Amino acid sequence: MGDQVTGYVLKRLGLALLTLVLLSMIIFFAGQVLPGNPGRAILGPFASQHAVTALDNSLGVNRSLPAQYWSWVSGIVQGNLGTSYQFRAPVSSFLWPALGRSLRLAVVAFVLVVPLSIVGGVVAALSRGRAPDRVISVAGLSLSSMPEFVSGVVLIVVFAIELKWLPVTASAPAGSSLPTQIRYLLLPAIVLVLVLFGYIMRMARAGTIEALDSDYVRTATLKGLPRSVVIRRHVLRNSLLPTITVIATQTGYLIGGLVVVETLFNYPGLGRLIFTAITDKDFPMLEAGVLTIGIVYLVATLVADILYTLLNPRLRLQAAD
Amino acid sequence: MAHAAPRDYLAAAPGVSPDSPALLSDPAAIGLPPPASPPPSTDGGAGGAAGALDVSSRRIRREQMRLLLRSAPFIVGMVLLLWWVVCAIFGRLFVPYNPVNGSLLQFNLAPSGTHWFGTDSLGRDVLSRVIVGSREILIVSVLATVLGTALGTALGLVMGYFRGIVDNVVGRLVDAVLSLPVVIVALLFVAAVGPSARTLILVIGFVFALIIARTVRTAVLQERELDYIAAARLRDESGAHIMFVEILPNISAPILVEFTVRLGYAIFAIATLSFLGIGIQPPTPDWGADIAASYQYLAAGYWWETLFPALAIASLVVAVNLIADSIEAVVIR
Repeated sequence: MGDQVTGYVLKRLGLALLTLVLLSMIIFFAGQVLPGNPGRAILGPFASQHAVTALDNSLGVNRSLPAQYWSWVSGIVQGNLGTSYQFRAPVSSFLWPALGRSLRLAVVAFVLVVPLSIVGGVVAALSRGRAPDRVISVAGLSLSSMPEFVSGVVLIVVFAIELKWLPVTASAPAGSSLPTQIRYLLLPAIVLVLVLFGYIMRMARAGTIEALDSDYVRTATLKGLPRSVVIRRHVLRNSLLPTITVIATQTGYLIGGLVVVETLFNYPGLGRLIFTAITDKDFPMLEAGVLTIGIVYLVATLVADILYTLLNPRLRLQAAD
Repeated sequence: MAHAAPRDYLAAAPGVSPDSPALLSDPAAIGLPPPASPPPSTDGGAGGAAGALDVSSRRIRREQMRLLLRSAPFIVGMVLLLWWVVCAIFGRLFVPYNPVNGSLLQFNLAPSGTHWFGTDSLGRDVLSRVIVGSREILIVSVLATVLGTALGTALGLVMGYFRGIVDNVVGRLVDAVLSLPVVIVALLFVAAVGPSARTLILVIGFVFALIIARTVRTAVLQERELDYIAAARLRDESGAHIMFVEILPNISAPILVEFTVRLGYAIFAIATLSFLGIGIQPPTPDWGADIAASYQYLAAGYWWETLFPALAIASLVVAVNLIADSIEAVVIR
């Protein structure tokens, strides 16, 4: 049994690596091949051709594509993410602090959304077809399809400007205490919660309904167990398993959705780093940022898959083939 | 039936089909009457005698249409969508003011009898811009979705029917692209080639094509094992004939669902890109771009410049999602 799981994990790891290599190629293509001449892009249309060529040489962009790709990738593997066009400094010195701040925001969002959406989904499933279910389902559907800046703007108008409960920006003044920092992060986190809620809630609802319709729940009910015991012992245990893995896979999205939320709330995380990299045409920064999002997503799905296999005895047996 | 992973970042984990049975197809959840008999069987192998098939499939269509027209969410979504389509086509004829050139002296006016939604910082009437702003986003998102659906269907048919190397290569490519949220992929490519309507359509269309190809492939894999395909093979039909004449009509249901769901995502993505400044470019009236231009003034109290375009996007997104969800509930299973 242990061997089977190890084999599955290894296979899954191999696939993730392959995906990562492909992803890096796509990002390299978009960031370094499509834009054309970086020297010209940086220096603008009025710079002399001489200066442009000199800059291209120092950036190393006039070498062959495979050579450029190779030096980019081997640099990344060694922890060298390249040099920012805009700041003339290593990308990593901006990327890591920004990623840290984004993770802080993500943690606040997750702490809020996980219990909320599971409760929502289970409540919806237990009242399937009746009013609470419809309200939760339609609200979840609408919210999860709403662009972050739309719900964000509405929330800012209501909670920051009209009611003045929460600050408009996300960055607390320097040196403020942890509760104050969290208070500043609350509004942007709620925007993320609104998007994630619909999705996790749907999974929890679907899982619960599936369990409710199953034979083992009917058996448990027929043998006279109280409904609360049936739900706690038979329904939830089975329905929350897929939900757990979905929550893990949401991390990647969350980091992506941060581009909008961080721009809206002026929060210097990974998302806004990517946004400014785009406006400045700072491609090394952009590539590193996007690659980071991809890696976070791949790691999160990998962890989710493995977790699911470990937690689910049925899949543990299948994993061998 | 793997289709329509809500939100694109979700590559399905094993056993975690994002559309588990009761997820969207539970008609009761969105206020639909339970599907009447006969259960529509357009998906999952509408076998049967060829003669009877034609008649019964037409009857099923009519039954599905009747169910749709009886569902409140579908009607609400349709009314909202039609309103924005009318605005997109005829908006310029009935706007109260010029949406592009305002009167510079009347900037940041609060909503009133003369300017129902107020004016923006350049003195342009917000109501007029909201009405005309539906145009570009609808054109771009519909074209991107059409491109993605057509390309994705063809690709998915080839992947599912021939399997082999195309299937493997495209499959890996899909995994790689889908490890990024669609908006991020679009950001990367649009930033690289510069924003324009054509770029938006191409980038979003291609990404959608990959996603849709995966859905179509799954549907094809189920179909190709059925007897009517074996019969067509025995008749020595060409691969193209089997794919497009035999299989395609039988997988139209998931493709239709995929189209409507993707349209919602296209609107989401384009609005987001416009907000980030690399979508639809000013001075073309656009909701996302207008919000980007005005949200800094929220704290100054000029909420109408931001809130009304935001509500416009919200209504369009909700409309498309209500339609998509109703169609899915009726058509699938």
